[in-house]
Amino acid sequence: MLQPILQVEAYGKHFQLHEQNKLIPSSHNVNFSVSAGCLTALVGPTGAGKSSVLKGIYRTYLPSAGRILYRDAMGHELDLILASEHQILELRRREIGFVTQFLHCLPRQATLDVVAQPLLVLGVSRDEARQRAAELLSAMNLPERLWSVSPATFSGGERQRVNLARGFIAKPRLLLLDEPTASLDPATAERVIGLVEGLKSEGTAMLAIFHHPETTRRLADQVVELAPPPAVEELLKEIA
Amino acid sequence: MNKILEVRNLSKIYGPGCPLCLESTGPEADTNLCPHCGSVVAIHDVSFDLFEGEILGVMGESGSGKSTVVKNLYFDQAPSSGEAIFYDRDKQHDLFALNAAQQRWLRNHRFGMVYQNPHLGLNFNISAGGNIAERLLMSDLMDYGAIRERAKALLARTEVLLSRVDDLPKNFSGGMQQRVQIAKALATQPPLLFLDEVTTGLDLSVQARILDLILEIQQELKTAMVVVTHDLGVIRLLTGRAIVMKYGRVIEAGLTDQILEDPQHAYTQRLVASAL
Amino acid sequence: MNAFSHAQSGNAYNFGFLDEYAKKEVRRAILKAIAIPGYQVPYASREMPMGRGFGTGGLQLTLSLIGPEEILKVIDQGSDDSVNAVNLRHFIEMTCPGVSTTTKTTECTLIQSRHRIPELPLTSNQIVVLQVPYPDPLVVVEPSEDKRKTMHGEADYSRLLVKLYEDIVKFDEITISHRYPTRINGHYVIDPSPIPRWDVPKLNASAALILFGAGREKKIYAVPPHTKAEPLAFSDVPFRVEDFRDEHGHRRACTRCGCTDSFLDEFAADSGSKTYQCSDSDWCDEQMLLARQTEGEPA
Repeated sequence: MLQPILQVEAYGKHFQLHEQNKLIPSSHNVNFSVSAGCLTALVGPTGAGKSSVLKGIYRTYLPSAGRILYRDAMGHELDLILASEHQILELRRREIGFVTQFLHCLPRQATLDVVAQPLLVLGVSRDEARQRAAELLSAMNLPERLWSVSPATFSGGERQRVNLARGFIAKPRLLLLDEPTASLDPATAERVIGLVEGLKSEGTAMLAIFHHPETTRRLADQVVELAPPPAVEELLKEIA
Repeated sequence: MNKILEVRNLSKIYGPGCPLCLESTGPEADTNLCPHCGSVVAIHDVSFDLFEGEILGVMGESGSGKSTVVKNLYFDQAPSSGEAIFYDRDKQHDLFALNAAQQRWLRNHRFGMVYQNPHLGLNFNISAGGNIAERLLMSDLMDYGAIRERAKALLARTEVLLSRVDDLPKNFSGGMQQRVQIAKALATQPPLLFLDEVTTGLDLSVQARILDLILEIQQELKTAMVVVTHDLGVIRLLTGRAIVMKYGRVIEAGLTDQILEDPQHAYTQRLVASAL
Repeated sequence: MNAFSHAQSGNAYNFGFLDEYAKKEVRRAILKAIAIPGYQVPYASREMPMGRGFGTGGLQLTLSLIGPEEILKVIDQGSDDSVNAVNLRHFIEMTCPGVSTTTKTTECTLIQSRHRIPELPLTSNQIVVLQVPYPDPLVVVEPSEDKRKTMHGEADYSRLLVKLYEDIVKFDEITISHRYPTRINGHYVIDPSPIPRWDVPKLNASAALILFGAGREKKIYAVPPHTKAEPLAFSDVPFRVEDFRDEHGHRRACTRCGCTDSFLDEFAADSGSKTYQCSDSDWCDEQMLLARQTEGEPA
């Protein structure tokens, strides 16, 4: 196996809710690595903190424990937990993509531009970016009549396709996928699986949570099973 | 990416001030009014960096001091203490050490401001085009034809009907007034723009279009922006990083999605929870 | 010689009406105004035995500068004979024994004027004192004097220029007919008193010293000799003076002397038709004299 580009060591995340004076454990002692061209799938029961791992890597969550070592395109290794905000923003722009189930976009922006956005930020010309966006959207079976309108009014499945296309378009080095096929019909899901395989073969490292065990079985090169975090009392003992 | 603005320990106190002011105010004291001397600690010890082309959000409720931050940086007010360095091309300016003329020069040439209240940003006695002309004239463009063309281009860019270029701003809708303000602020293509509650009080659909416009401009011109707002939706849509203020102090700073999804401070948690 | 040496027995007033201390103060303000071309120097404008607005500012300058050897000319809107000019001249003659007065621009050393600068180019031996109602050109765009001072200090005249911009938008040209804002020596913009646009170029690189006195507003400012005076304008919409063209595009002539290169006053005849005459009465007289002489000479 290749040298991993992401190594998660003893990752932990808990939430401190000040208002209710409560500690809520989310992920605990998570260890795994992800390599270029490979897909690592996170599995485990609800509440095992699978999403929390993805968000911790993307720094949408501030991790509570552990190290997240990432080797960037220049070969430098840095701990994403300790990286500065600007380093994280730069990595998000150039190397790390995240496909969630939610889509935040401008109310007036055309779907084609929403998808093209990550390429524009990298300096690709508008025409070329829109061209690539159109290719991806048709590959994902999104009707062409929707391309010029804002995805704000789309159904769940349509939005998910926009999200995926936006995540795939810049071919990130590391792609985080949080249930990317959950609300897709089987035919479309099949197309997405094809696109994921394509990205993998082009070298993208992926860390994914899939809704269907079948998808995990088909796409994952490595499966990491997460256990639910310990109860609060034990966690408190550990922290102390 | 290069740094464009570095703010360190910015403070602004209204009133005489006393040795007990700082310990008697802030989020823990639950006030910004010093009980000993009656001074208002509008902001204290505010520090942040802004990079080229980046949008930073300053969020908080009214009275948190968030507007005071940008008013100090735009020289509308002088801070009580603190430092701000503006990195402009190969020069750097120590903002609060400059004299009035130098500050005015930066304000007119290199900074832009869009206020919540259009009366602060626009001269209501002169036409929309005249307002933009004023800013161009400040930067020594002296050709009438060129000024007029540029004013029209800016108004077209901010989606103001060209047939209204010679109308007075008082005859415009609120959203249109903000568009004219944005056009005026952009007239000199400043690398740094301050936006103070620009969509507050506007209809939701109008708000959305202004936010669109701001983002489009940011992507086109790579303008760095400091966006002051109490609206978490605006913060989420526009900004990459944000600072949260309460009673004049920065209580939290981070990536915007992190602040909204994993807020650390009790106050931010309450703010985010109440908005969802 | 003490400061009151001019005071004569039998004359209740000092030479020049003002006491010597007052004159000195005005002269100091004048010197400062000359040293900072276009800058409005505040001074302690005295009460004069006439109402504010009747030229008390100009009068105080004249009285502070005048000596017994001076030859004075007083004009109002170009004319030596208008009531205001006559009254001021009488007052000066009365309070300044020994001073001679004239209506001839060529003869005078000191000119007090309201709303005009003589047509005849002035010389370095002459001083023009203009009476000023409103000294600050920024007053139309900024009500606070405090802020205006800062704007002057920083040479921030963009708001004045916006006025010009709005003028062109509305009327396709700059419509300011008098009190045309003029930048002196590349910095301060002055209100050159209600002289017509016609006279503004005369301020530029003038051989004579030009002083401005505002009695009510208590300000003195100056355009020193050979100093640059540029009317505010756009590079593509330049400043221009009145052209006095009739409906056929011909330059109107003075109906009295026939001159076609002077500033004309318009008079409505009883019939309703309009006639035009030189505004500068001395100039007009000179032109007529000249014409008569040429006629009288053999061909």
